[in-house]
Amino acid sequence: MIALYVVIGIVVILLIAFVVTYNGLVRLRNQLKNAWAQIDVQLKRRYDLIPNLMETVKGYMKHERETLEAVTKARNVAQQAASSGAGERAKAEGELTSALARLLVVVERYPDLKANQNFLALQEELTSTENKISFSRQYYNDSVLKYNNQTQMFPSNVVASMTGFKAGEFFEVAAAEERAAPKISFTQ
Amino acid sequence: MWEQIRSNRFRSVILVAGIGILLLLVGYFLGLYFFNSGIGGLIIALIIWGVLNLVAYFQGDNIMLAVSRARKISRDDHPRLYNIVEEMKIASGLDRMPDIYIIDDPALNAFATGRDSNKTAVAITSGLLQKLNRDELQGVIGHEISHIKNRDVLLMAMCSVLLGTIVILAWYGSRFMFFSGATRTRRSSSSGGGLGQLLILVVAIVLMILAPIMAQLIYFAISRRREYLADASSALYTRYPEGLASALEKLAASTSQLKSANQATAPMYIINPLHKKGMSASDLTSTHPPTSERIRILRSMSGASFIDYDRAYQQVYRTRKNLIPASAATSTGVVSLRAARLEAVEEEPNELQRARHTSDLLWRFNNFKTITCDCGTKLRVPPKFKESTIKCPHCGRIHTV
Repeated sequence: MIALYVVIGIVVILLIAFVVTYNGLVRLRNQLKNAWAQIDVQLKRRYDLIPNLMETVKGYMKHERETLEAVTKARNVAQQAASSGAGERAKAEGELTSALARLLVVVERYPDLKANQNFLALQEELTSTENKISFSRQYYNDSVLKYNNQTQMFPSNVVASMTGFKAGEFFEVAAAEERAAPKISFTQ
Repeated sequence: MWEQIRSNRFRSVILVAGIGILLLLVGYFLGLYFFNSGIGGLIIALIIWGVLNLVAYFQGDNIMLAVSRARKISRDDHPRLYNIVEEMKIASGLDRMPDIYIIDDPALNAFATGRDSNKTAVAITSGLLQKLNRDELQGVIGHEISHIKNRDVLLMAMCSVLLGTIVILAWYGSRFMFFSGATRTRRSSSSGGGLGQLLILVVAIVLMILAPIMAQLIYFAISRRREYLADASSALYTRYPEGLASALEKLAASTSQLKSANQATAPMYIINPLHKKGMSASDLTSTHPPTSERIRILRSMSGASFIDYDRAYQQVYRTRKNLIPASAATSTGVVSLRAARLEAVEEEPNELQRARHTSDLLWRFNNFKTITCDCGTKLRVPPKFKESTIKCPHCGRIHTV
């Protein structure tokens, strides 16, 4: 009789442990999805800002057509890559970031721009959007790390493999030079 | 890293329980002394505690914001501040954007309120908004946001209610004991045990004197610990401890005290608003760790993770004590620092521009209209101004209001 109770007890404990671990994994996965949505919002915000930026700088920068076209092109490529996975998307976004950085270095040569009120407002918006992109990426990668740890470490990996949790993909920026936020020194 | 909050909550709960036990002891012995019934005393203590709790729970945020005369701003009022708060909200993974308030005061300080995640706010003084550049402001806001994220507001509110109850009980207890001294003889003879009565009297007196002090010391200890944690979290969110360090330097150098702060609201500010110059480093009766030590810890961090903060803390204090539980610290990998933005100096609006921006904001709050004349003069039109036109005192142009 006692043996039966012990067996039932062990089964119940195992069941509770299973449910708790499973719920923990779901919570982490939702956090991951939420963090990804945050990155998405900020990247879209950047797509929206770029046409504005182009419109504003175009009049001042007649001789920089190549640089401007590179930004527009990178933006379109990035927008198309929006539906693909984290790795591919990070690459496209990295391109856009460095194209923007090149543009903003060129901007330095046009002191007239600093008188433009539109430009000053855009400057704050762009700086902040770049920051928000990197902060949401930071939070996303932290969430991925935690989620992956849970799906790969014993004993939660047993539950994860039984219920089909897959490892998440990091959102890494490709090259070291792209890691820094672009230089946005309009007021210079 | 988010486990850190949970394991840290456990430590805090123990400390809060410490204050709670003190409260129960005071209630019990005062009850024993006055009504020969410890339970009666306990009930009175719990009733006072409950009432204070209700007040704090439903009115705490409003009181804090009202006492400090803070005013809420929207995105258009100050886009830079709004953006910085949003950045830190994203970095910390908060669900909801906190409200932003500005306190019209030249003193340099900031605080956070909000016991649950649905109703949170950060407030900063107009002086601070003028003095700090973007990176520094980010560090300060990161510190305040982590008070919200780590649930410090709730914790400190709980502690201060417990502390307040103890102080009230001890105060009234000592008054009653003093004035009712004449009636004691009758009661002690009826209950018989003269020695037992004396013992209760002694314990009650000792508790009345010591409990408020001890509770206050625990309260301060919790507060200091949360400040270190908020600093560590701010460094982790911004990946740039230098921002907060240099902001703290400016804060410490300022001598003006915040007019609207008091002992009860002090722990919520980024640095002690009641601080005096040259306070000793190991002051047990301070709500905040010494600012110079906080700066040194932040500056000696070699990465941005909690482990790095912990190492820097041990280095500065020459101790082996852990500030952050090991289980939490190891859950983050290597977190590298963000490089300083060299161009930040150029791209930034300078202090004069920031000051103008902030004063524009404050005029607007007081319902003044601002008209910029073509000659560069800014006309501030008071809300009571009746005329439809106004003349620029500088160049004589006529403007319609």
